[in-house]
Amino acid sequence: MAEITLSKLAHSYVQNPSGDADFALKTMDHVWQDGGAYALLGSSGCGKTTLLNIISGLVRPSHGRVLFGGRDVTDAPTAERNIAQVFQFPVVYDTMTLRENLAFPLRNRGKDAAYIAARVQHIARMIGMEDRLDHKARGLTADAKQKISLGRGMVREDVNAILFDEPLTVIDPHMKWELRTQLKSLHREFGHTMIYVTHDQTEALTFADKVVVMSEGRVVQLGTPQELFDAPAHAFVGYFIGSPGMNFLDAKIDGNKAFIKGETVALGAHYAPLNGHTQIGIRPEFAKLSDKNGLPFNIKRIEDVGRHRIVRGEVLGVPLNMIAQEGDDISQTQNRVVFEADKIGVYADDWRVAGAAL
Amino acid sequence: MEKTQNNKAWFLVLPVLVLVAFSAVIPLMTVVNYSVQDTFGNNEFFWEGVGWFEEMITSDRLHDALGRQLMFSAIILAIEIPLGIFIALNMPKKGFWASFCLVLMSLPLLIPFNVVGTIWQIFGRVDIGLLGHTLAALGIDYNYTNDPFDAWATVIVMDVWHWTSLVALLAYAGLQSIPEAYYQAAKIDQAGRLAVFRYIELPKMQGVLLIAILLRFMDSFMIYTEPFVVTGGGPGNTTTFLSIDLVKMAIGQFDLGPAAAFSLMYFLVILLISWVFYTVMTNLDKRDGV
Repeated sequence: MAEITLSKLAHSYVQNPSGDADFALKTMDHVWQDGGAYALLGSSGCGKTTLLNIISGLVRPSHGRVLFGGRDVTDAPTAERNIAQVFQFPVVYDTMTLRENLAFPLRNRGKDAAYIAARVQHIARMIGMEDRLDHKARGLTADAKQKISLGRGMVREDVNAILFDEPLTVIDPHMKWELRTQLKSLHREFGHTMIYVTHDQTEALTFADKVVVMSEGRVVQLGTPQELFDAPAHAFVGYFIGSPGMNFLDAKIDGNKAFIKGETVALGAHYAPLNGHTQIGIRPEFAKLSDKNGLPFNIKRIEDVGRHRIVRGEVLGVPLNMIAQEGDDISQTQNRVVFEADKIGVYADDWRVAGAAL
Repeated sequence: MEKTQNNKAWFLVLPVLVLVAFSAVIPLMTVVNYSVQDTFGNNEFFWEGVGWFEEMITSDRLHDALGRQLMFSAIILAIEIPLGIFIALNMPKKGFWASFCLVLMSLPLLIPFNVVGTIWQIFGRVDIGLLGHTLAALGIDYNYTNDPFDAWATVIVMDVWHWTSLVALLAYAGLQSIPEAYYQAAKIDQAGRLAVFRYIELPKMQGVLLIAILLRFMDSFMIYTEPFVVTGGGPGNTTTFLSIDLVKMAIGQFDLGPAAAFSLMYFLVILLISWVFYTVMTNLDKRDGV
């Protein structure tokens, strides 16, 4: 077990990268604390899998170092790093029985038979496959195979980290929930560092203590699910987390006021003069319909999703979504929208700007 | 629910049946005809019953040819299958050289059988052939026309040269279909090269390898043209395989009755062995299902 440090890490698949665009991963400094449950969240092609493969040693980074607990492992092969990884598609050794599958990583490391037998039994109980240990792995269903893959990742006690690369993609929705819960309890039981790559925000937010959001090869924010929701550090996080995502409106910022096409919105903090493209961001949860205050709101559509309703419309020509809680009135006279002042974020060139308290 | 039986659909198969009858069944009936009758010419036939079959089944000549045939098939399978796998494992996976290798490998497969025979017939000659002459110059006593061992070696090397590509290409296709994640998982599980081959590559190649074995077995069991061109079945009878012997009997000696009985049994043996292969193949897939 060890802390994993990425130091000035960057990766390019091009021989001599010239511009930013050539990098699949842009320079990052990052520490994964020992025993943390992390989710690596981002849209497809943002470099999540590359980053994961760099940590496990399947890909050697073109720039920077990877350290495990202070030891530089940048050039160490996968086997030496003592990492477990579970892939998007289940990998089982077809001709082996489930027992042999689970024992395989231990056998390759020359552990003694009694220890292997005990470990395999333990893991099999955890993934609920004790009764099928002597079946061949061939012919199992996708989710059973993925459970075996998970089990193989978990069977070594001394792994530095367990990496998951979108492991639940091929699993049925109801099994997803079960496996995720199992992972969570495994994490509690063993305290391995876990890094879980996904593009599904629900998965990320339910699994992880800390979520790392990536966009276009860059880590844009690291935080708890709550932090990502309350204060997205980058417009991408705002869009990506939440359903629907954060609303962004172009605005001029002056002190504690934002001006949008002649209308004024009060802000919850005081901002120094800003350069670049300035916007205010507001979560749909913190907008409310009103009949006299706020900005003019032109309602286009109302979607009832059960627990609440999503109101989609336009403010001053810009699309805006808001969430109306159960019991909130929606009527024809309510054609304005108010924002909770201290939930409004201010963004300059897509990055969040901190304000001074009023 | 009771399904309506409609046997009229069989009529749709009738045209094919007629076609196959003319192209295969009726000509084959001629062979059956010959196999149960005897003739002294003038289109006069005498009923012979299973006489020819009895004669053939107890004939030493046929036993020897069958023995040589089985030996030949066993040797070339034992060489071509492992060699083909070995080549496939070492072929480049992508890029220019992958395509280059594929084209290079398929070249022998594109050469007509009698041309292959002629190439090796000349290649192995001691007076003008590159191989034969070089071996002679090295002081090795090589002559495929009068040494049985040399004749066998030449025929086997020729078949390996001609057909290993097929096994290699099939194995290569099998290897290419293995997702990268398997190799990555093996690295993470710290599996050695041998374990990767044993537990990942071999099981994933199983299907194509069985096809390769079946094809190579059938082709080698029926081999005629190449050894006929190179050795003509000699020296003596040492490279006279079943089909060479059959042609000698039918067209050389005009023993049509025994030859017909012989070819029917030959056909049944191939059918039987192919059926065994097929059954083993399909059962292997089902066996381990949970």
